Amino acid sequence: MNNETTPGQQPGSLKSAALPAGAVAPDFSLRSTPDQAVKLSDFRGQPVVLAFYPADWSPVCGDQMGLYNEILPEFQKLGAELLGISVDGAWCHTAFSRDRKLHFPLLADFEPKGAVARLYGVYRETDGTTERALFVINELGVIHWSYVSPVGVNPGADGILSALEELNKDPNEI
Amino acid sequence: MKYDPTNAVSKSKLLLPRAKHDHIQGSVDAPIALVEYGDYECPYCGQAYPIVKAIQEQLGDRLCFAFRNFPLANSHPHAEHAAEAAEAAGAQGKFWEMHDVLYENQVALDDESLAQYAEALGLDARRLIGEVLRGAHMARVREDFQSGARGGVNGTPSFFINGVRHDGAPSFDALLAALVQPNAR
Repeated sequence: MNNETTPGQQPGSLKSAALPAGAVAPDFSLRSTPDQAVKLSDFRGQPVVLAFYPADWSPVCGDQMGLYNEILPEFQKLGAELLGISVDGAWCHTAFSRDRKLHFPLLADFEPKGAVARLYGVYRETDGTTERALFVINELGVIHWSYVSPVGVNPGADGILSALEELNKDPNEI
Repeated sequence: MKYDPTNAVSKSKLLLPRAKHDHIQGSVDAPIALVEYGDYECPYCGQAYPIVKAIQEQLGDRLCFAFRNFPLANSHPHAEHAAEAAEAAGAQGKFWEMHDVLYENQVALDDESLAQYAEALGLDARRLIGEVLRGAHMARVREDFQSGARGGVNGTPSFFINGVRHDGAPSFDALLAALVQPNAR
């Protein structure tokens, strides 16, 4: 176990570690409020958009979660469920969600911290937060599309919409 | 995957000013195209408003500027009606006049204020507010919004220069530098 350098793997590059299209989306159960939990596999049969983001309380209007909140009807038209995930706790999510009037769940990847982000390969050890990473999961629980944005750049929703449209066009793909 | 989800060509085309569709200042044939997706109640859009004016002055005929609606209705309770009021003013031939008044009066965008601005601009205020209240221009605003969501808008204001999102600061210097860089067509 002393020699951990595996050829073909880049330990320094977190981005390349994000689970790619074709991988089975690891199941998880996380709190969305102090007394409610959300389980990924409960959404089997419909597409799920998993949006990892670094932290609640981003100071700009139309930050990533605020933006997705506005675009939510478009996601819903395509049959998808949207889940936001960060390492913030459920109480923090509740306050943030109420302040921004969010209409979709925020999941707390809080204890053990970042465990789900690690499963998806998008935990940032240096910051103790997650990447800004998007996963579109198909109705069978397989990742159809994933994308890691530079952490300072809000990726918008165009990639998600395109991926969801593909799923709607050809549900048996993959 | 069978096809590229980011279909870059058609996407960037969507983000260029369209002659018949968009509210445009300048000629669509101008060498530099700037498209803004904005929200009338967003303070950052309010800050960008005089900057865009200064940029237009600086670049003159070389610039074509188009404005599209991207109201963040959950954050900004008056943004949707303000956007529809600008469209309603456009139906009476005064889109840009209303656009300017709204950005110059961001603190007062309730329906009553919208009617007052229409009056002050010499528009048929009853018709305008009636159209706003029955959502006559809602579809148009939604269409702008959807094109933005599809095109990569990631907050307001979002600027697209010749079809490409400007990820730098929306300051005068940063925008001007991006607009006049040699690879801007």
